[in-house]
Amino acid sequence: MANRTVRFSIYRYDPDKDEKPYMQDLTVELEPTDRKLLDALVRIKAMDDSLSFRRSCREGVCGSDAMNINGKNGLACLIEIDSLTWPITLRPLPGLPVVRDLIVDMTQFFKQYHSITPYLVNNDPPPERERLQSPEEREELDGLYECILCACCSTSCPSFWWNPDKFVGPAGLLAAYRFLADTRDQATSERLDNLEDPYRLFRCHTIMNCVDVCPKGLNPTRAISNIKDMMVRRAV
Amino acid sequence: MGRAGGQFVADVADWGEGMVKPRIVVGAHYGLMDWLLQRITAVVMAIYTLIFAFAVLGLKEVNQATWQALFSGGFMKFATFLFALSLFYHAWVGIRDIYMDYIKPVAIRLVLHSVTALLLIGYAGWVAQVLWRL
Repeated sequence: MANRTVRFSIYRYDPDKDEKPYMQDLTVELEPTDRKLLDALVRIKAMDDSLSFRRSCREGVCGSDAMNINGKNGLACLIEIDSLTWPITLRPLPGLPVVRDLIVDMTQFFKQYHSITPYLVNNDPPPERERLQSPEEREELDGLYECILCACCSTSCPSFWWNPDKFVGPAGLLAAYRFLADTRDQATSERLDNLEDPYRLFRCHTIMNCVDVCPKGLNPTRAISNIKDMMVRRAV
Repeated sequence: MGRAGGQFVADVADWGEGMVKPRIVVGAHYGLMDWLLQRITAVVMAIYTLIFAFAVLGLKEVNQATWQALFSGGFMKFATFLFALSLFYHAWVGIRDIYMDYIKPVAIRLVLHSVTALLLIGYAGWVAQVLWRL
């Protein structure tokens, strides 16, 4: 494949220099080996090292390079350049404060994640080896444990935009259900108490942007509806 | 917080002056019933819509007299009243959700909540008065 030139429009903001954010238009010559959007970003960074973005594993495992790509959140390392229309418009994840260029401050996102006690609570003395589960019990965790906390879902959720301080958000609620669904966890009731709140859980209006954007193909909306289901079974 | 020892939820919050203290996060202990009742009232309204549609289609002609006769029956009064209560409760949860999403100042939100709730209660009384006058 011949070299190709791709047009970009990239959100730039350096709070130390810029009065306000602006969109920078640029073209970049790509090598035939450049397949993913992240390859192009690395290429741009080589031309202009002032462009800031996060990236680490470059294969969809770490969740660092989440950004808004042509209006939809995704991981730059997983998206094929050739699948995008030009100019490729890159913005930081919506709804979170911008630190610089494509880097956002994830504090609020992780605060919500921490608020659901994202670890197993079991007060029995630890057995000599592991706490066993049947294969069926283990299967309950499929589609829940794979979350990489890239924040694509929560930052595409209008309910999280309006109330990021009060609504746990799809990523946090998916994690909450991951522990509610775990047979080894003993804090089911406390976890449900923690979420029974008009803001923390019930701000979800099943808009399903989260399902649309999740780069791992997970379904936070289903997890949220399972949490509501557990609450109904507990209360009725 | 450690995994053992029965400690549940502990978030870390900055309480100003750089002091970081553990914060226990709990829900407000309501929200489920509103969510559930919004769904139940939706079903009630859907069923009533069918009943109402069939009742009106069954009328030979639509005029003041047949209309009044339709609503003077005990069943129709009961069903219509139930429909109105469902509508008002459903509307309460829906409108409150909109306020919670978009109205940030607590004082304004509280006033809007109160006005909406009182209006809807007033409407419920009004519906009862209209229905039982027939």
